[in-house]
Amino acid sequence: MDSTGSKKKPNREAEDGSVATMEQPTANPAGPLTYEQEAKNNSRRKFLKTTGYTLGTLALGGALSSLIGCTNNSEEPTPTGEPGKGEEEKAQPRNYNRALMFLTQEQFRIVESATERIFPEDENGPGAKTLGVAYFIDHQLAGEWGFNGRDYMQAPFYVGEKEQGYQGRLKRREIIEIGIKELNNYSLTQYQKSFPELVAEDQDEVLKAFESDAVQLTTISASSFFKMLRTNTLEGAYSDPLYGGNLDMNGWRMRGYPGNQMSYTAAIDKDYTKMDPISLQDHMAH
Amino acid sequence: MAKTLPKTDVVIIGVGWSGGIIAAELTKAGLNVVGLERGKDRKTEDYFMVHDELRYALRYEMMQDLSKETITFRSNEGIRALPMRSYGSFLLGDGLGGSGVHWNGQTYRFLPYDFQIRSKTIEKYGKNKIPAEMTIQDWGITYDELEPYYDKFEQMAGISGEPNPLGGARSNPYPTPPMKKSPALQLFEDAAKRMKLNPYMMPAANLSEGYTNPDGISRAACQYCGYCERFGCEYGAKADPVVTVIPVANKTGKFQIRTHSNVRRILHKGGKATGVMYTDVTTGEDIVQPADIVVVTSYVFNNVRLLLLSELGERYNPETGKGVVGKNYAYQVIKGSAAGFFEKQQFNTYAGAGSLGVTLDDYNGDNFDHSDLKFIHGGAIALSQTGSRPIQNNPVPSGTATWGKEFKAKSLHYAYRTLGVGGQGASMSFKHHFLDLDPTYKDAFGDPLMRVTFDFEEQDRELGVYLAARSAEIMKEMGADHVDYLKEIGPYEIVNYQSTHNTGGVIMGAEPSTSAVNTYCQMWDADNVFVVGASSFPQNAGYNPTATVGALAYRTAEGILKYREKGGLLV
Repeated sequence: MDSTGSKKKPNREAEDGSVATMEQPTANPAGPLTYEQEAKNNSRRKFLKTTGYTLGTLALGGALSSLIGCTNNSEEPTPTGEPGKGEEEKAQPRNYNRALMFLTQEQFRIVESATERIFPEDENGPGAKTLGVAYFIDHQLAGEWGFNGRDYMQAPFYVGEKEQGYQGRLKRREIIEIGIKELNNYSLTQYQKSFPELVAEDQDEVLKAFESDAVQLTTISASSFFKMLRTNTLEGAYSDPLYGGNLDMNGWRMRGYPGNQMSYTAAIDKDYTKMDPISLQDHMAH
Repeated sequence: MAKTLPKTDVVIIGVGWSGGIIAAELTKAGLNVVGLERGKDRKTEDYFMVHDELRYALRYEMMQDLSKETITFRSNEGIRALPMRSYGSFLLGDGLGGSGVHWNGQTYRFLPYDFQIRSKTIEKYGKNKIPAEMTIQDWGITYDELEPYYDKFEQMAGISGEPNPLGGARSNPYPTPPMKKSPALQLFEDAAKRMKLNPYMMPAANLSEGYTNPDGISRAACQYCGYCERFGCEYGAKADPVVTVIPVANKTGKFQIRTHSNVRRILHKGGKATGVMYTDVTTGEDIVQPADIVVVTSYVFNNVRLLLLSELGERYNPETGKGVVGKNYAYQVIKGSAAGFFEKQQFNTYAGAGSLGVTLDDYNGDNFDHSDLKFIHGGAIALSQTGSRPIQNNPVPSGTATWGKEFKAKSLHYAYRTLGVGGQGASMSFKHHFLDLDPTYKDAFGDPLMRVTFDFEEQDRELGVYLAARSAEIMKEMGADHVDYLKEIGPYEIVNYQSTHNTGGVIMGAEPSTSAVNTYCQMWDADNVFVVGASSFPQNAGYNPTATVGALAYRTAEGILKYREKGGLLV
């Protein structure tokens, strides 16, 4: 590695730092429900009971019959924690999702500090770092999306008009790798510090230089890289926690988004109603 | 050497709305039908994990794999077309049910004006109102002639709605009552009424209550979950081919669906099709399916592409204006919209349904005077509440930073304090907007990609700005504290999502010199080939296209049965 390889902090420390964040059970600001209670409340059986979701004697095909099928012959969902223990004593399971599939730890720290500037922690609630946005980005880059697996990547490649969209041969994972390296190089040139070491104001200046293409790069477009990072930040803050961001649904809670509820039939003609979110895990058949 | 299978009465290429409807109608009448679908099987049970914005809305779970096939695009003939490498402007459906699965369900009938746009424009404003390059034409069929088929589609799909005060005459009311009215919809309706406009509840395929259709198919009511467009419906509430017409066809025992079967050529001899050649994409084997009748019901692009690859029908020549296959590609002018920010009120816009909305047609068709305007037609203006999913919906007032502390605070503040009112602008056809085969880029089999040549014209720019201004007036009347609206629509670009309402290329008309198919979607040049879909539209209206596609499919099914008896051209 070249000049990007400045390592003031030992890796161990950073790792511990992030693990600690994620092992702390995030208090649920919107309600005292435990996961266990939540899972029960939101089970399909409960849904079917409480919404009167029936059609009388009509023969039903499709999902509903399977919904009924799935709740008839199954137990209530079992939470991951040990059964029978109260909320206080219950051991929090380790989140094994908090490790890297693609990025190096150094790259990870740059992504983490850049996305935190895009979506910072404030009086409203957690920022990108706490929500796990950098883990989300790492995991996305490791998979099909990072490889542009479902994009048309056949030659020939020509420079096109901007109306024609992206025409490069680089894959997203390559763009991000180049982009974060350039972000760090630019920081070192301008401020003699690596990007994660800069004070927030200087980090913002670096990001602005990329956003406005004030930084001229030869291989990628600085502004397109920034745009991708911004989009990924919102994705990581607000996608289902399944993907590694939106830790404990706290992105959704901060926004007042109820996640993926089964039904809003009772709420649709009412004014805004806050409800505690539920995730895709609550929809798993058990 | 391709394997040849036993002959069937009818082979259908692509099993979405058109293919599903035609399969149901023909098999009920006793015909043997083979449906070739290049994607996979789909069923309602697939969607237990569907409330996933990242996977479905942003990673395009339901859409065609572009690594295997895409389209190429250029703004005009002077520049090199380049491939649409990833999704943007529109989304191509894939799998059983096609785009009919991931749609929103907004089910409008076109206006009577739409079908006779050329003659009505000349009649009222004179010949000079239509620019020389604009190639709009009458459909060869009137609204009244198509009405019974609209009704059939609505009864089958269980459309929920109330009559459009400015729409064409109806033979029957909508089969189910309108959807529930949210406070946001009410606000729009009240404002529109104060402005002496004519709002009505958007006709919805989401289903307002449990419904059993004339085929005996029962579906349960919509739960307003807010995951419609780009998603499948886990309740089977939203009408799609998989939960409506395909089971009807299957029940006859006369419908055979073959998934993963990508049709690559229509085989023909002496002006008649003899069958199709398709590739089993799981094995790579080429297979010939002979048939008496070939029905082409894939998406717009592939309908055109198959005809061109098969050298069936006369290829459109943009220099001379002669030829028909690929002619009159049109789209939708979707950018005429306004965003309103409300300080004192929060809306439950996390909830919604694909076609939960209130619409007005006061600025659609020729419902307003165009004498002093530099465009014809207009568009439906609506407020719809489709579910503000959090990744894609972060509106902030103009002048706000797009990232950082200010953006975060404002995007959270306005998450439920923002409403949108938008026009769905009609798209007129032009001589130099067309589809043909790309000379350079190929699909996974080595066949040329479809090439799209298209841009916005003065007509579109004027229309878009006009609809945006009208939308902003309504938004102000609704009491928004801050209103942002579009002042200029710019060139057409393929990067940002606009609408999957691509039309034309195998257009319908009264005579073979200006159209590829007659009003039964029957090819003038090969009477046993029927090409059905929005590819039949000579230009696009100011509405979503699906109800009209459905109506044409019902009419085509009737035509095919007539053809089966008598043969020859039906018109």
